[in-house]
Amino acid sequence: MTNKIYESFEESVADVFIGATIMVGTFVGPGGFPYFLVKALTKQGAKNLTIIAVTSGNIGSTLFFDDIGVLFKQKQVRKIITTFPISISPSRPTEAEKQILAGGVELELVPLGTLAERIRAGGAGIPAFYTPTGAGTIAEKGKEKRRFGGRGYLLEHALKADYAFIRAYKADKLGNLIYRGTQRHINPVMAQAAEVTVAEVDEIAETGELDPENIHTPGIFVKRIIKVKEDQGFPRHLERNFMRA
Amino acid sequence: MKERLSREVIAMRVARELFDGAVVNLGIGIPTLVSNFIPEGKTIIFQSENGVLGFGQVVDQEGFSEKADIDFINAGGQYITPLPGMCFFNLAESFAMIRGGHIDVAILGAIEVSEKGDLANWMIPSRKVGGIGGGMDLAFNAKKVIVATEHTTKDGKPKIVKRCRAPLTAPKCVGLIVTDIAVVEVTKCGLVLKEFAPGWQVQEIQALTEPKLHVAKNLKEMEL
Repeated sequence: MTNKIYESFEESVADVFIGATIMVGTFVGPGGFPYFLVKALTKQGAKNLTIIAVTSGNIGSTLFFDDIGVLFKQKQVRKIITTFPISISPSRPTEAEKQILAGGVELELVPLGTLAERIRAGGAGIPAFYTPTGAGTIAEKGKEKRRFGGRGYLLEHALKADYAFIRAYKADKLGNLIYRGTQRHINPVMAQAAEVTVAEVDEIAETGELDPENIHTPGIFVKRIIKVKEDQGFPRHLERNFMRA
Repeated sequence: MKERLSREVIAMRVARELFDGAVVNLGIGIPTLVSNFIPEGKTIIFQSENGVLGFGQVVDQEGFSEKADIDFINAGGQYITPLPGMCFFNLAESFAMIRGGHIDVAILGAIEVSEKGDLANWMIPSRKVGGIGGGMDLAFNAKKVIVATEHTTKDGKPKIVKRCRAPLTAPKCVGLIVTDIAVVEVTKCGLVLKEFAPGWQVQEIQALTEPKLHVAKNLKEMEL
C-alpha cells in the first residue's frame, strides 16, 4: 500500500502544475476550509489555475483570516467557477471581483445547488443532468433546454478537477474521513470528483479506529492526508469572531 | 413620514405563516430574524444550505465566546446553537432536499418582486457582478416562497414593480410578500393587498407600489 500520509503541506501540493483545475472546500468562514493547503499553494506559486469553489473569498469585512482570496491576491487564478464571487458590502469589493471586472479572471457563475450537483455528477460518472434551477433566468444562457412534465429544465455538465483540496476532522491511514458539524459542506462532494484529493485534517487515527458505520468519505477517494499540527493553531485557536453575532 | 414596521416586526409577521412541523429555509437579512419569533406550541425544522437541519437559535452576544464554533454555522455565516435531533449533511444532499421539493417554505429577501411573483434578489444591476448562492435553487423549488422586505428602496422607490429590472432569481415563484407597511398576496389575477400596517391607508400603500393592488374583501390591520 502506498503511504498516503504527508509530513509537510509544501510537499503535498508540490506537483500542482501551471493551468491545473483545483476544487477547494469553502463555504463562509474558516470551518471546513483547507487553510494550510491553500497557504502552501500560494508559496508553491502555480499560476493560470482554474478554481472551483463555493465562494471566491473575502465575503464579509469581518472575516479575519486568509481564505481562498489569497490565490487572487497572488494572481494565480485564470478562471473561477463559483456561486459567490462578491463581498456582501459593495463598498468593499473582493479581490476576485476586481479582477473579474478588469478582465483578468474569467467567471463562471453557477447557482449553488447546480454547482454541488455538477461536482457530484463529476465524481459519480454522470456527464450531464437536467435541473429546473435557472430556467427562464440569465442562467439559461447558452444551455440546452428541455421540458419534462410541463416544466422547463436546463442541461448542466459535470465538473471534474485535477486536484481537490479539502478539510476534514479525522482521517485514518487509509484515507477514510469524518467531518465535524457544518465543516462537511462541499468537502465530501469534491473529494470524489478529483484525480488527486488532498485532505487536511485535525487527527489521523490508526486503521480500524474509526467507526465503519460513520465514515463520511470512503478512503479510496483520498490520495493524500496531512495533519494540522497543534502548534499551527488553526482552526481551534483562530480569532473566533470571524463573523459578529 | 409615517411610521413603518421594524425588521423584527416584519419577521414576527412572517413567522405567523409557518405551520407546525414545517421545514423552513431562511435567507440572509430580515428572513434570518424569523427564527426568533416562532409562535409557542409550533415546532419548525430549519434547514440551511450549507448542510444542517434542525438547529436552534443564532448565537447572540451573550455567551458568544463559549458558544461560537466555526464548525456550527448557517449559510449566512452566523453561529448556530445545537438542538437535540439536528443533523449534518453535504451540499449535494442539502440541495437534493431543496431541488427535490422537501422544503415547505423559503423565506427570502428581495431587490424587486414583480406583480407576477417574479423575484430578483441576487444582483444589483449597477454592480455588474452578483452572488447567486442557494437562493435560486430555493426560489425555484421550495413549495412556498415568502418574501420579507422593506416596501421601498433606501431612496423610496417601489420594490414591488410591474417588471423586474434586476436579473431574475426565479420567475413566478413568490406566493406572499410581507413588508414594513403591508402584506400582499400574489395571485393569478394580480397582487392582492391583504393587510396594512397600523396607520396606513390603501392609497398610501398603492402610491409606493408600482403595479395595481387589488384590495382583499377581508382587508385588515396586520396582526402579530
